[in-house]
Amino acid sequence: MTRRQIESWSPWFLLVAILLIWQAICAGFNVSEFIFPSPWRIWTQLVEFKWIIAAHAWRTYWVTMAGFGIAIVVGVLLGFVIGSSRLAYTAMYPLMTGFNALPKAAFVPILVVWFGIGAGPAILTAFLISFFPIMVNIATGLATLEPELEDVLRVLGAKRWDVLVKVGLPRSMPYFYGSLKVAITLAFVGTTVSEMTAANEGIGYLLISAGSAMQMGLAFGGLVVVGAMAMVMYELFSYIEKSTTAWAHRGSQNQ
Amino acid sequence: MSPSESFVDFSNVWLAYNDELLAAKHFAVEAIDLKVREGEFIAIVGPSGCGKSTFMKLTTGLKMPSLGKIMIGGAPVTGPLKISGMAFQAPSLLPWRTTVDNVLLPLEIVEPYRSSFKAKRAEYEERARKLLQKVGLGGYEDKFPWQLSGGMQQRASICRALIHEPKMLLLDEPFGALDAFTREELWCILRDLWTEQRFNVILVTHDLRESVFLADTVYVMSKSPGRFVVKREIDLPRPRDLEITYTKEFSDIVHELRGHIGAIRQTTAIPTEQPA
Repeated sequence: MTRRQIESWSPWFLLVAILLIWQAICAGFNVSEFIFPSPWRIWTQLVEFKWIIAAHAWRTYWVTMAGFGIAIVVGVLLGFVIGSSRLAYTAMYPLMTGFNALPKAAFVPILVVWFGIGAGPAILTAFLISFFPIMVNIATGLATLEPELEDVLRVLGAKRWDVLVKVGLPRSMPYFYGSLKVAITLAFVGTTVSEMTAANEGIGYLLISAGSAMQMGLAFGGLVVVGAMAMVMYELFSYIEKSTTAWAHRGSQNQ
Repeated sequence: MSPSESFVDFSNVWLAYNDELLAAKHFAVEAIDLKVREGEFIAIVGPSGCGKSTFMKLTTGLKMPSLGKIMIGGAPVTGPLKISGMAFQAPSLLPWRTTVDNVLLPLEIVEPYRSSFKAKRAEYEERARKLLQKVGLGGYEDKFPWQLSGGMQQRASICRALIHEPKMLLLDEPFGALDAFTREELWCILRDLWTEQRFNVILVTHDLRESVFLADTVYVMSKSPGRFVVKREIDLPRPRDLEITYTKEFSDIVHELRGHIGAIRQTTAIPTEQPA
């Protein structure tokens, strides 16, 4: 096996190693499955409840994607405004930073009052938690323009809009795709947190009900499923990023 | 325009970057008087931070003078001058565009090309490729900028400045980041392009040899206040070959200019008379 192959398989090796150690600890110290289930127990529970889990996972998935979709639209629009106007940047940035510091879980009770129990609060929590990185990255990409290049274009009579479309937007694309990777994982966090208190469906709901029924294996199974979905989506956006903005990823890894 | 009239005409131009500096009578450039013939190649040399780049912004209409008047091509400058092309020390090519697409960028922006860009794209692309071949980038037209060396990127950057056939080419230390051999190579490319097309060139540089080799007239600029202190006509015969840089006449001129620069660097800023 070459170094490169080892490198690309290393996450799986690490995962297997962790599972083995985990299993060994549970078996060796005879830990109760009701306190801290072993990986094997989690697996058997996953298989046993696969249809229930799948239904809740599907709910969490589409709710997350709906919130994430809104986050992309709003994040791109706000980022565009902030990045293209210094006044908007100065006016909005402090407020946005303050907003981002608020724990999004704290919005859930308010959203429940407004929208009731169900998909509404979860979608909006996913949106609230994930639009910020998208907005910031779009704004950064637009705002970092070389002054010389701006002179070259302005002397030709380029309007702000020309510069934004020809230079700003393409330049911010790698930032945009990079932010999607971060945002999608955050969106899953938002959905799950919201479902824990404000839904009768979804992985968050499953976690709470399994926990209160002392079905720790099932609760852990739910966590594994959310983690797996987030990882798959992360890899998907990572792939899209690399294939659409290859010019930003040149260098050692292509040699 | 009669031949006696100048193409670029600065009369007593002063620039302060903002109103506060203007009130404090702190000028980036002062009392610039300059007359450039059509097709003349001028070079501006001087220590760093002496306002050479400010001068370029004035000439292209990106900045308006606080005082005085600038006429270019017989008309007063009122805004960005589309008849100019600019290139800087950093090639600043767009990494997501191929070399030829980078060169085509100005045509997507400046009129009259802009409105006909979609329809005549093939024709314009042909022109860009010809220009790239002329500067020795044949075979690299469809490569991306990051696949080119620094010297090649700078050639492409100069092509981008020339693609819309400007009457005036402004170069701000364009060869500053290149090694000595590449730099001399690019001197010759610039000389050939200029000989063929006879646009006006304003070359801002630190390199005295570069200014003497390329220019018809060299202006020495002083630092704070930024003003022209010496005007030196370079009467070396054209066409000039690199060999000329090893002759006595050449090095005498370089020495002379070096003397002026040295004098400027020693004297500290002396307040001069204020404008009326």
